[in-house]
Amino acid sequence: MTALTDLSLAAMKAGLAAKDFTARELVAAHVAAVEAARPLNAFLVETPDHALAAADAADAALAAGNAGLLAGIPLGIKDLFCTKGVETTASSKILQGFKPTYESTVTSKLFEAGAAMLGKLNLDEFAMGSSNETSAYGPVVSPWRAEGSTAKLVPGGSSGGSSAAVAARLCAAATGTDTGGSIRQPAAFTGIAGIKPTYGRCSRWGVIAFASSLDQPGVLARDVTDNALVLEAMAGFDPKDSTSLNVPVPHYAGALSADLRGKRVGIPKEYRVEGMDPQLVKLWEDGVAWAKDAGAEIVEVSLPHTQEALPTYYIVAPAEASSNLARYDGVRYGIRVAPEGGSLADMYGATRAAGFGAEVKRRIMIGTYVLSAGYYDAYYLKAQKVRALIAQDFERAFQSCDVLLTPTAPTAAFELGSKTADPIAMYLNDVFTVPASLAGLPAMSIPAGLDAQGLPLGLQLIGRPLDEQGVLNAAYALEQRAAFTAALARWW
Amino acid sequence: MATAYHDDGRTGSYLVEGRTGPWELVIGLEVHAQVVSNSKLFSGAATEFGGEPNSQVSLVDAAMPGMLPVLNGECVRQAVRTGLALGATINRWSRFDRKNYFYADLPQGYQISQFQHPVVGEGAIEIETDEGEKVTVGIERIHLEQDAGKSIHDLSPDRSYVDLNRSGVALMEIVSKPDMRSPAQAGAYVSTLRAILRAVGSCDGNMQEGSMRADVNVSVRKAGEPFGTRCEIKNVNSIRFIQQAIVYEAKRQVEILEDGGSIQQETRLFDPDKGETRSLRSKEDAHDYRYFPEPDLLPLELTEEFIADCAASLPELPASKRARYESELGLSPYLAGVLTADADGSAWFEALLANSAARQAKTPAQVAEKAANWMTGDLFGALNKLGVEIAASPVTPAQGGELLALMADGTLSGPLAKQVFEIMLETREDPGAIAEARGLKQVSDTGALETAIAEVMAANADKVADYRGGKDKLFGFFVGQVMKASGGKANPAVVNELLKKALG
Repeated sequence: MTALTDLSLAAMKAGLAAKDFTARELVAAHVAAVEAARPLNAFLVETPDHALAAADAADAALAAGNAGLLAGIPLGIKDLFCTKGVETTASSKILQGFKPTYESTVTSKLFEAGAAMLGKLNLDEFAMGSSNETSAYGPVVSPWRAEGSTAKLVPGGSSGGSSAAVAARLCAAATGTDTGGSIRQPAAFTGIAGIKPTYGRCSRWGVIAFASSLDQPGVLARDVTDNALVLEAMAGFDPKDSTSLNVPVPHYAGALSADLRGKRVGIPKEYRVEGMDPQLVKLWEDGVAWAKDAGAEIVEVSLPHTQEALPTYYIVAPAEASSNLARYDGVRYGIRVAPEGGSLADMYGATRAAGFGAEVKRRIMIGTYVLSAGYYDAYYLKAQKVRALIAQDFERAFQSCDVLLTPTAPTAAFELGSKTADPIAMYLNDVFTVPASLAGLPAMSIPAGLDAQGLPLGLQLIGRPLDEQGVLNAAYALEQRAAFTAALARWW
Repeated sequence: MATAYHDDGRTGSYLVEGRTGPWELVIGLEVHAQVVSNSKLFSGAATEFGGEPNSQVSLVDAAMPGMLPVLNGECVRQAVRTGLALGATINRWSRFDRKNYFYADLPQGYQISQFQHPVVGEGAIEIETDEGEKVTVGIERIHLEQDAGKSIHDLSPDRSYVDLNRSGVALMEIVSKPDMRSPAQAGAYVSTLRAILRAVGSCDGNMQEGSMRADVNVSVRKAGEPFGTRCEIKNVNSIRFIQQAIVYEAKRQVEILEDGGSIQQETRLFDPDKGETRSLRSKEDAHDYRYFPEPDLLPLELTEEFIADCAASLPELPASKRARYESELGLSPYLAGVLTADADGSAWFEALLANSAARQAKTPAQVAEKAANWMTGDLFGALNKLGVEIAASPVTPAQGGELLALMADGTLSGPLAKQVFEIMLETREDPGAIAEARGLKQVSDTGALETAIAEVMAANADKVADYRGGKDKLFGFFVGQVMKASGGKANPAVVNELLKKALG
C-alpha cells in the first residue's frame, strides 16, 4: 500500500470515504512526517493537537455522513494567515510572540470544511522575497536537490514553507499568498501546482498585509485537482473585506475538464525574452503541443507593456507595504525596544530597526521614497498609469484567446545564498508572474518537466477575471500530457 | 501693540490698526464635526462619549495585523445630508486616501481620509453676526475621515498612555473658503454651521466633548492686496476661543509685518489660559503625509436614488425656519433668530406654539409673539440660571402653553404668572394646579373687589376728596391700595374699571 503521505488530496478523500483509513491515521502520519522533516525548516510552528482534534472531528463527521469538503485533510498554513491562539509572525521578528485572538476568513473556511492544520509555514518576512531567505527564522530548504549534488536549494518564495511542505509530502496542500508570484514561483521550483485566484476571490481578512491591492490568498497542492478542491473551500465573498468579490464560487473540481476543443490558448510574444534558457523555451513549446493535442487553437498575442511590469510592481508593492507596515510600532503588540530615557520616535526607530529584516527595510524605504512629496507623480502615479495599461494589454489579449500560456519562472530553483547579495537578480524571478498580479488575474503554475539537473520547471496559465475554471481546465489538460512525476529522494 | 477696532465708516468691517495703517483679516475654518452614528467609520465599534478607556475598540481600530476597514454607510449618508443642507455639490464618485504619519494614538500609522476626491464639493451658507452684518461664506468641501485615539501624558511621570476609544470615529471635515474678515464673522459662521448640523442631525455640535472643533487659518493683508501667508491654529474647541485666537493671531502677524518681518507658514496652538497662540511646527517640519489611494477600500460611488433619499430625509433648516417665523408668525428677526439657532429650541417653541394656540382657540400667528417673548425671556432666563439646556427643561411645552393660556384669559396676572412659573421650575407641576392649590388666581370677582374698594376709600377719605378736587394723579395710589388689599391677586383691569366708577 502507498504511504498515506504519498496520496494526493483527492485520493485521501476517496480513502477516507471508503474507510480505507481514518482521518486520525491520515493526520497522524502527516504529523510524524512534519516532525521528521524539521531539517527543511518549513514549519515555524507545529500544531499536532489542532490537527489531531480536527481529525477526530472529521472521523465523527465521516461516520455521521456530514463531512465537509476537506474533512480530515492535513493542511499547512502559511504564517501570513492569522490563526486564533497560534503564534503568527509573518516570519518577522517584529511579531515574535504574537498570538491573534481571531481567525482569518480563509482559515476559518478551511476549518469549517474539516481541514486539519498541521502548523504554520515559514515564508519570506512579510512575504517579501522570492527564495524564502528573508525569513527571520531561517531559510526553508527545498526537498529537491540537483542530480549528484547535496547543495541546498531554495524552495522559492515567498510561500517557500508551503511549497517545500507540499513537495516533501508533509501535508496534502498548503495555503499560500501571492502578491507578485509568491505562490506560482515556489510551486514551479518544487514541482507542484499552485493557483493564485482572481484578486478578490479569497478574503484578505486576517491575512497580514504586504501590498493590499495585489495580495491574494491561494493554494499550493500536488496537482490541479487538489488545487481545485482547496480553492473551492477557501474562496468566497467576505463582507469584512471591501475588495472581496460578491460572486458565487463554482464547484471547480467537479467541473474539471481536460477537453480544450474550442478554446484558444494565447502565447504572449513579449514573454519570449532574449537569452531565455533553451530548456525553458523547449518546455514552453511542449506546453503548446500539449494544448494543441487537447484540442486548443494556439494564437500569438501581444502584451506590449510586459517589460514595464516588474518596475511598476516594485513601485506599487513597496509603496503599499511602507504604509501597511507602519502599524508595527511597538505600541500594541509584537516586540518593543524602548531605549532608556528615549522619546516615542526613539522607540519607533529602535523597535523597527530590531524587528524588521534587511529586505523589509529596503522595501519600506523604497515605498516611502516613491510616495514622498516631489516623487509621487514620477513614481507612484506613473506606476498606477502603467498598471492600468498592463491590465488593458490583458483585456485586449483575451479578445483573441481564452487563456494564456507562459513559463512560470525564468530559472529552476537556485542554491541558497546565491542571489541574496543582488536584490535585482532576485526580483527578476518574478518577471513572468508579476504582470498577472498587477492585472488581478487568476494564474496558476503546474509542474511541466525537469531541467538537465533534474530540477522541476513550471508552466503558467493566466485566465480572464474570475475564470479560475478556465485556468484549472487548461492546466488539467497540460498536466495529463506532461505526466510529471516527482522523483524526489528523501534526504532529510 | 496693535489694536483691533471696528471701522464705523464701513459698517461691520473689522480692521487691525497698525503703525502703518489698518490691516484686514482673512479667516478660513476647517471644522471637524463628529458624525452622529452608532458605530465608527470603518469598524463596528461603538462611539459613545466617556466610555472606560479602550472599552470601545475593535480589532480594526487597534490596527491588529490583517484587519481591514469596511465603510459605514450611515456615516456617508450623514455627510451627504450635511452637504445637501449646505447647498453643496455631492460628488457621485469619491475616494479614500491614506494619510501616513506615526503617532502612538494612530494605530494604523495612517489616517484614512479623503484627500483628492471628497464626497462633498462646493457650497455656501449665509451668516449674520450679532451686529446684523450678513455675509455669505463659501464651503470648499466636506470629506470623511477617521479620528485618532488620545494620548494621555499626565498619568505617570515616565510613561504615556493611549486611549483608542476615539480611534476610528467618523469625522466630517468641513472646509470653508477664506471668506471671513472678523472674529465676529468666524463666530457667526461656527454657530450657524453648528445649528445646521444639529438640525440635520449629523453632528451633536457639542464642543466641550470635542464633537466639534476647528482649525483656524488666519492671515492679514492691506486692503486690496492679495492674501498674505497664513498660519493655522489647530484644534480650537469653543467659539470664544476661536475668536480670541483670531484676535491674538492677527495682532501678532501685523506686528511682525510692521517690524519688517515676514510670516512663516506654520501650525500653531491656542493656549486658552494665556489667550495666545504659539508655534507647534513650522512648514519645514511639516509632515510629508505621503497620501495615496487607500487600497483596502473601493471608490465610493453614490447613486441618484441614494442622494434623493438623503435629500428627502432633511428636516426644515434653520435659515428657512427663521424666514418662516418672520413671515408666517410675524416674529421679529431677533426673536426668529434666537428661536431657530438650535434644533432643540425650535422644536420646543413649535410644541409650545401649537399647545398655546389650541388652548386659546387661536391661530399660531395670533399667539406667536407672546409665546416667543415668554420663551426667550422667562424660560431661557430660568434655564440659564439653572445651567441646563432646553432639552432638559423642567417645564414642558404643554405646561408653558397652559401658563400662557392662563395669562391670556386673565386667570394669572403678569406678576402672578412669574410666581407660578418659579414654582413650576421647582416642582414640575402644572400651572393651573399650582394656581388653584396655592390660591394664586387673579381676582376678577367684582363683588369682592367692590368691597375692597369701599374699604380703601373709607380709610382714605381725605385722598378721595383730593382726587375728586382734581388731583388725578392719586388714581394710581388707589389702584395700589386695592391691589395690596387683595394680596396682589386682583385683576388690575377690573380694579381700574371699578375704581373709576366708585371715585366718580
